[in-house]
Amino acid sequence: MTKDSNSMKLNYDVDSNDFTRAGEASSNIKKILKQLGVASKVIRKVSIATYEAEMNIAIHSYGGKINVEITPKEVQIVVKDNGPGIKDVNLAMKEGYSTATERIRELGFGAGMGLPNIKKCADVFELKSEEGKGTKVFIKIFLN
Amino acid sequence: MKLKEIKEILNAEVLTGGEYLDREVHSAFGSDLMSDVLAFVDDGTILLTGLTNPQVIRTAEMIDLFAIIFVRGKKPGEDILKLARNNKCTILKTDHILFTASGLLYKSGLRGVKIEGAKIND
Ligand SMILES: Nc1ncnc2c1ncn2[C@@H]1O[C@H](COP(=O)(O)OP(=O)(O)OP(=O)(O)O)[C@@H](O)[C@H]1O
Ligand SMILES: [Mg+2]
Repeated sequence: MTKDSNSMKLNYDVDSNDFTRAGEASSNIKKILKQLGVASKVIRKVSIATYEAEMNIAIHSYGGKINVEITPKEVQIVVKDNGPGIKDVNLAMKEGYSTATERIRELGFGAGMGLPNIKKCADVFELKSEEGKGTKVFIKIFLN
Repeated sequence: MKLKEIKEILNAEVLTGGEYLDREVHSAFGSDLMSDVLAFVDDGTILLTGLTNPQVIRTAEMIDLFAIIFVRGKKPGEDILKLARNNKCTILKTDHILFTASGLLYKSGLRGVKIEGAKIND
């Protein structure tokens, strides 16, 4: 964590397939926003967006990173992973579309609602993905 | 309805968070899909689920759920209860299946969460 007078930066590594630890980054981000006195409505949106993104890294990718920057105006979240990327981004954004395996469904994921949930919570949302390279989700949530 | 009434109705066992049984519950949601929980559930709502893994507690933490009811006699591991304790979350366990547990609570006056844009809300 780094901090200057106007912004705070938080960086997390998220491992692939580690379902005991998955969610720790989002939990930590939530605690910090609470300590900063951010409005609970905003915290809820950030929490849902980061948690869905974190689970997507753990479930669908080879591992990745979550970088958060908190300024007096907004929370900016950049989620990047090391692949395998998404073939059809429009399809992935559809409610109910999921490639999750039976094992993942047994954990409670694979409704195909994660990316749509993130979009709903975000004031700015961008999903970029390249097959074989990786996926990047850019999220901005305004503080008021 | 208070949590302690729910405990009575479901003949449930308190696994952790017994000190919060006076909390007021406004509505309920039953699901084994965490993204649906994140999309539709508000604080003041309790979750009934048959899933017992750490992600259920994480999901609850993200949206400030204060109580989870594990159905069909599912007993979560100690790691899960510890996570729940840290989040001041009450965990109840009932032997009823999800359908029966939901029916019993509905009969006693508890209602489901309101889904925005849905044609039927009950
Ligand atoms: N980081 C990622 N890397 C590769 N594929 C991804 C990634 N994120 C999402 N996807 C693909 O997009 C689909 C839809 O993602 P979304 O998060 O909406 O649903 P889900 O993860 O399958 O289920 P849910 O989020 O409801 O538990 C996934 O099933 C997967 O095929
Ligand atoms: Mg997902």
